[in-house]
Amino acid sequence: MLPGDLKAESFAGYPPQARAIAVEHVEALRRLPIAFAPSLLRELIDYDYKFPIERSTIEKELRALNALSDAQRHEWFGGFESISLSPSLENFNWVNLPAQFVEQEAAYLWSTHQLDAFRKAAKDYGDRLNQLAKPESRKQRRLGIAVVGGGVATYKEPLFRILRKHGTYFTNVSTKDAFKSIVDLVERRAEADPIPYAHWYVDGGRLHPHSEHITSVSYEALAPVRDSLLKRMQSEINRPGMGPEELRTVLARLNPADLGIGADLDPVLSRFQLKLFSEGSGTQIYSTTFAQWATREVLRRAQANTLLVRYAPRQRQRPMNELLAGGRSEAELDPVGSLVDAEMGAYYHWINQQRLPGSDRSGFVAWFEGHGEAIAIGPTMPRGTESNSAIGLQELLSLVSA
Amino acid sequence: MNVDRSSVRRETASLVSRSRREFLRDAAGLVAGGALVQGSPFIRAETVRKKRKVVVVTFGGGARDQETFAPEGQENIPHMLGEMAPQSSFFTHVTNQGILGHYVATASLATGVYETLNNFASVAPEHPTIFEYFRKELRRPSSDAWVVAPSNGFHRIGESEVRGFGPGQGARVILPKRLLGLANSGGTADLEHLLHDNYETPLYTPALAGGEIELQQLEAILKLSVGDFSSHARTLSSPDELSLYIAKRLMREEAPSLLWITMHDIDVAHSGAYSLYIEGIRRTDRLCAELWKTIETEPEYAGNTTMFVLPDFGRDSDFDAGGNGFQHHRTGDAASRTTWMMVLGAGTRRGVVYDTPIQSIDLVPSIGAMMGFSPSQSSGKLIRDLV
Repeated sequence: MLPGDLKAESFAGYPPQARAIAVEHVEALRRLPIAFAPSLLRELIDYDYKFPIERSTIEKELRALNALSDAQRHEWFGGFESISLSPSLENFNWVNLPAQFVEQEAAYLWSTHQLDAFRKAAKDYGDRLNQLAKPESRKQRRLGIAVVGGGVATYKEPLFRILRKHGTYFTNVSTKDAFKSIVDLVERRAEADPIPYAHWYVDGGRLHPHSEHITSVSYEALAPVRDSLLKRMQSEINRPGMGPEELRTVLARLNPADLGIGADLDPVLSRFQLKLFSEGSGTQIYSTTFAQWATREVLRRAQANTLLVRYAPRQRQRPMNELLAGGRSEAELDPVGSLVDAEMGAYYHWINQQRLPGSDRSGFVAWFEGHGEAIAIGPTMPRGTESNSAIGLQELLSLVSA
Repeated sequence: MNVDRSSVRRETASLVSRSRREFLRDAAGLVAGGALVQGSPFIRAETVRKKRKVVVVTFGGGARDQETFAPEGQENIPHMLGEMAPQSSFFTHVTNQGILGHYVATASLATGVYETLNNFASVAPEHPTIFEYFRKELRRPSSDAWVVAPSNGFHRIGESEVRGFGPGQGARVILPKRLLGLANSGGTADLEHLLHDNYETPLYTPALAGGEIELQQLEAILKLSVGDFSSHARTLSSPDELSLYIAKRLMREEAPSLLWITMHDIDVAHSGAYSLYIEGIRRTDRLCAELWKTIETEPEYAGNTTMFVLPDFGRDSDFDAGGNGFQHHRTGDAASRTTWMMVLGAGTRRGVVYDTPIQSIDLVPSIGAMMGFSPSQSSGKLIRDLV
């Protein structure tokens, strides 16, 4: 099937809101090249479970595609039209399984050395869409906060080395009630600008008490989901004929209820939680990976205006000789290794935040929990400098977010 | 001061375009290759070609410049930087234009052709391997070419199914972790987890039939009882340490002229834990130095062996929005495609850095020129600075 064959009935298997949007824009979809159309449908089919800003983005994209003249469409999609796909891909049920198609398409592009051409076409397309975007008018500057190193009493290596050149490194930050003051600030921001899914708190351990205005996820609260997913993966792997691609297809089809995520939960949030584990790699095993990946996804998908991430010690990876010896099965923690993970996670937090609109106004603070070291980045913060002055965390946060 | 998206883009460009010669010149006191009088050291070494041995180590799976030879990563590779680099010819710009999966990339390295096989399937390379060319043209026995590889996914790396080459004409392959699994059958669930080591898709490893013959390899070839093997494994901290142990036994007992060792600990990066990725690099650095010391001290290898160390590919850049930095190698960006290669030992120039771009598939024809065989189906080119 090719996009030109699409009809309103083609979307009968879509969830209600996704179906309505697809039917409304079927003419625009019919004119897309097959190398591109499934990528858009992969987003569209999940419309009912998307965050508001993602829905708005999909709608704007479809409106933009509707408005293209033939000449513009050729200009926008020339790169995709020059990609050749195999007959088996063209015959794939890409309308109803767009995510699986995209995965197989990626493998095909790799094997036929067309990946670079596809990457260029995708980047050009993204740039054109961005040019159409209107400047955002958020009330607040975007603020990211990473809390790292919980459980580490002393650490002699230099911290936040990669981030230091982008901001000011503080060495004398007051630790009194520091974490509570961070949560208080996030709550105040959420109350002042109560946009759904705009203010987040991700914890790699157990959630600290917080206001209901903040959307939150934690590694500890999702332990039953993780266990359930790992068991399911193991059972699928043991089935004859199962391979990595088949396993990913099975995971892509999971619903929150399959993993015991309560039906009473917000369906958007529960689907988000499911994907953290079914699409993330290592999120099921290491709390630091969970926190980093959740950060990436919260920023990429929900475009959070405030994001507090607290890393907690992950389980220690046992060396081979210990595994061979058997015995102890209780998980030990690795606080120092987790600090190294979290330091990199904080760097990725900042990079992902800088990808969002308004990055020239946004602020970022990473703090070594329980210690006086922090890095602060923002429009008013000098870059590549160090300050030994005494300062409270709340004051530091105000400096980058006011 | 503003920190905006354009600054991130500038940083990316700066990282990618950094003169790759900055890598080592200051740190290890190496000189630029272009300044040298041309002429192959291998021509001078022609007379010893018959005894020539080559050891290839893939520094894997997948390490970026910034955690290895780039200035900010050099603290992770003290052995290679301080002990090996001054003795080596170092190529700063090696690209891999193929598929960035570990099995298919290693197969490409071994055939000199960008293979397109399914990375996760139990299939042979689609073109003749270096081992088949070597054995066929130089009429070497099967004991003269060996591969030590981490997991089941690599068990067919030793030979293709190409007419005129193919089954029985390639390298013998030994999978230390599989041997460990067989030797410890009925072991703990924790061990089972360790043996499922394909980090790209955790929990998945192609199933292999058999096992008894492989265990017999321990006794017959490595002169190692199953009990001693298992006991020694209990003193090692990682699968790559086990691979090195097996490689050293092979060198002592079989002394193959062409030995290929695929390291894999670094690929734990797929778990997303940066500290484990760095730990893997530091361990692999140490193991490479240990292997080089073994080469220098084993009578069959000392003085007549050339060792190649290279990652099969890199990992995604921190700045490509399609990836998640060091964790994977999925974007096909410059950071994931560009690596380095260190060559040291017999016939190589010591302490020289080459910026000339080469490709990973150039390895096979270059080793062919050194050892005296012609990889006719390879699409790689001779690395002129080397041979």
